[in-house]
Amino acid sequence: MSERTEIRITGFGGQGVVLAGHIIGHACAVNAGKHATMIQSFGPEARGSACSTTLAVSDTEVLYPYIGRPDIFVVMSAEGYEKYRDELIDDGILVYEKDLVPFKAKEGQKAYGVSSTRIAEEIGRAIVQNIVMLGFFTAATEIVPLKAMREGVAESVPAGTEELNLRAFDAGFEAFQESYGSGAEKKIEVAPVGN
Amino acid sequence: MKADPAGVLTGVHYLDGDFACGEGAMAAGCRFVAGYPITPSTEVVERISRRFPMMGGTFIQMEDELASMAAVTGGVWTGTKCMTVTSGPGFSLMMENIGLAAMMETPCVVVNVQRGGPSTGLPTMVGQGDMMQARWGSHGDYELIALSPQSPQEAFDLTIVAFNLAEVWRVPVMFMMDECVGHMTEKVVIPPSDEIDIVPRVLSDKAPGDYLPYEVNGRPVPEFVRVGDGYRFHTTGLTHDERGYPVMSVECQEDSVHRIINKIRLNANDIVRYDEENVDGADVVVVAYGITARVTRMAIDMARTEGVKVGFLRLIVVWPFPEDRIREIASSTKAFVVPEINYGQMVLEVERCAAGKAPAILVPHGGGGVHDPAVICQAIVEAAK
Repeated sequence: MSERTEIRITGFGGQGVVLAGHIIGHACAVNAGKHATMIQSFGPEARGSACSTTLAVSDTEVLYPYIGRPDIFVVMSAEGYEKYRDELIDDGILVYEKDLVPFKAKEGQKAYGVSSTRIAEEIGRAIVQNIVMLGFFTAATEIVPLKAMREGVAESVPAGTEELNLRAFDAGFEAFQESYGSGAEKKIEVAPVGN
Repeated sequence: MKADPAGVLTGVHYLDGDFACGEGAMAAGCRFVAGYPITPSTEVVERISRRFPMMGGTFIQMEDELASMAAVTGGVWTGTKCMTVTSGPGFSLMMENIGLAAMMETPCVVVNVQRGGPSTGLPTMVGQGDMMQARWGSHGDYELIALSPQSPQEAFDLTIVAFNLAEVWRVPVMFMMDECVGHMTEKVVIPPSDEIDIVPRVLSDKAPGDYLPYEVNGRPVPEFVRVGDGYRFHTTGLTHDERGYPVMSVECQEDSVHRIINKIRLNANDIVRYDEENVDGADVVVVAYGITARVTRMAIDMARTEGVKVGFLRLIVVWPFPEDRIREIASSTKAFVVPEINYGQMVLEVERCAAGKAPAILVPHGGGGVHDPAVICQAIVEAAK
């Protein structure tokens, strides 16, 4: 990991964009000994419209809280993809909701798609879509250890829903491994062009 | 005295500055908050209103900010530590009663999560344009204390300091956050309650017949009682004598108003609080506060790579201003550089204290974002020439 990693997460209001950012930040800052500063975008984000949050993760104190061009872009809506896709650095990592984002492959870009909404529905609650995405994100980016992220989920979701959310998280993590492998064998750029 | 464990959420958290401020207030022993919601400060009272029932606290959503500040000013006299929370437009509406709190020597904390202004300005975006208003916003002569945190951790730590200073000096304390710190989420460590020092409300041990509400006997502040404990009690915004009764005379004005000013001015060196880094021998000293202090540290690192000897003074208590220290530095440095998210407020204080010995160069930002560190760096490099 470079000294500072910048992440943008976007989707529509109600998808749990901010909670997803919060959990990544919590996992990094509280459970993995890093510094993580999260900024929410505070616009008129009522349910259904665009919503976005950013994180700066670093081994040293984060002095500048806002991001420039993110190293990692997690996107869960077509609108968010349109708005922010060109912002991602050229060799950045794109993590996207396969069924909602009209992904167009870019040369050199590491892109990983997951049907997180469908997986969440299969688990029984569409609301955990963001947590499925987090599991997938964890496997794809390896920015924070699995254990720290799982703890981050358990510590951040409403009491009584930990088990459901961890199931969603693990399903997302496994979905990545099934599609893209793991560790050194991780496949890159497998998403078909024009998907 | 140590903090009441009921209000202390000991642990390592991931909180935004607003929530951290709310936790700081509860840890400090605040048990009454009156406020009117306004972006970007609302999360402070959201947090408090959710947690207060567990510790016997009361939150009232008032009809407006005038009433909020009035309720706080009254609540204090029951012996309760009180706070209100707002942003620029609400801060303006609170000004009259902040003056009342200063005149009645009512310890309380007023949180202002600053957004871009003037008027309704930029509700969801950062500003630091209320720094002078915090000091001078109410009419007449008075002194108060103001602090500015640079992170959610400090939003927690310094809210406790704010309550403690309010008790010691019996003044309203302005807690001058900014939207960036308020809406920024970071790790916040809340220590165990027995590691948090609290200044409790000290009540007079005098018998009811012997007590006068504003008798000081040479001390900087008078003694407290709780209204309803059987003491004869009166307070007012009018110029008052030791009994708290209005006295319209030059002598009483001099006695009472000069005292509430001098209790801060003559003790300013006990109240001021700042961080310093490499100030001695520096060619340029940067003065900053709040979120701007963090961005400034990046700029300083950049300027140092260009060979400039840069020092840094971060204001933590902004009012009273560290006059003596700035005066001292002015005789040894070439220039001050003062970045702030306004068009020049605290820079005027630096300039005043430097008194022509070293220029104070403003790096303004109109609000809605923070400085580009390169712009501050450029100002530092220019100033060093």
